[in-house]
Amino acid sequence: MNPPDLEQIWVYLSQKPLTGLTLTLCAYVAGDWLYEKSGRHPLLNPVPIAIILIAGLLWATGVPYKDYFDGAQFVHFLLGPATVALAVPLYQQIETLTKSGPALLAGVLIGSGTAAGCAYGFAYIGGASTETLYSIAPKSVTAPIAMGISEQLGGLPSLTAVLVILTGITGAVFGPLVLNLTRIKDWRARGLAMGVAAHGLGTSRAFQVNAVAGAFAGLAMGLNGLATAILIPLIFALVF
Amino acid sequence: MIIRYLALILICQLAGETVQVATDIPVPGPVIGMAILFTGLLIKRGLPQGLYETAGGLLRHLALLFVPAGVGVMLHVPRLADEWWPVFLAIVPGTLIAIAITALVMERLGRSTLRDEDKV
Repeated sequence: MNPPDLEQIWVYLSQKPLTGLTLTLCAYVAGDWLYEKSGRHPLLNPVPIAIILIAGLLWATGVPYKDYFDGAQFVHFLLGPATVALAVPLYQQIETLTKSGPALLAGVLIGSGTAAGCAYGFAYIGGASTETLYSIAPKSVTAPIAMGISEQLGGLPSLTAVLVILTGITGAVFGPLVLNLTRIKDWRARGLAMGVAAHGLGTSRAFQVNAVAGAFAGLAMGLNGLATAILIPLIFALVF
Repeated sequence: MIIRYLALILICQLAGETVQVATDIPVPGPVIGMAILFTGLLIKRGLPQGLYETAGGLLRHLALLFVPAGVGVMLHVPRLADEWWPVFLAIVPGTLIAIAITALVMERLGRSTLRDEDKV
């Protein structure tokens, strides 16, 4: 009996959806373990760790992204239902929403415009290509919504996902520093800013510091998602 | 994860996708689905425990759901290498300016409603 041919087994396994799915969960578990081990250091976010592990393995073994995605799409699919589920935390904060009403809405709308405007404007000034411009415009919005907007505009949803994650890490790491420099002494305002500009990653950072800041960040993330999803495509349709 | 509420969430998404396709409005279907569910909760005036648990289950590991699309970075390495300067400008100064402006607007306009326990 011949010894099993490892390469043949790998070729067989790499084309099974189960492999991509298992790889996704294992890489995330590994990333989450490192994150917890580091005392939840913002730079060791499990998402980029999982992405680097998987992309590195696929690159090293020459497996095309498409083969991996055949399995990973079962995880990817849940982004839609998760977006719908954002209605629940939004509903839970309805009292806070109405209490700080006008200031909160002004903050979200101006912040939403600033985030998308700066993203588009700075990328344009830096000489980005059209596809990159469309992909980067919704970068401050939570990934499931940002990817939808990007697709609608003609950007690349997978590129947007990467840019959204980079944005979230930037906000989570350097956001509190900026808020100290600008001497913001209102937890609601600090949370709102983190949620608007740095979506889920900014929100989880805000929750670690102060409960009110966390609640406002979560609320801001949802409202910014809704505002950007409605405003960006409308502005693009009118202007271009 | 209660199947009844998972079904409700999927129905909202399906309704959202249907509205999107039927009206051709430039808002993603799941976002319309979120608005539909939110409106439903406002009308019902109450959050069923099962929906709270199911939504919590989906959102607790929201970060995991970004991974498959994020691995797509391997398809974009040449683009990111070519366009690192505009991408850096948009992400680092762009995000930090947005944080500062949002916080300043909320702080200035929210002074009258600021409670003592919300002060830093």
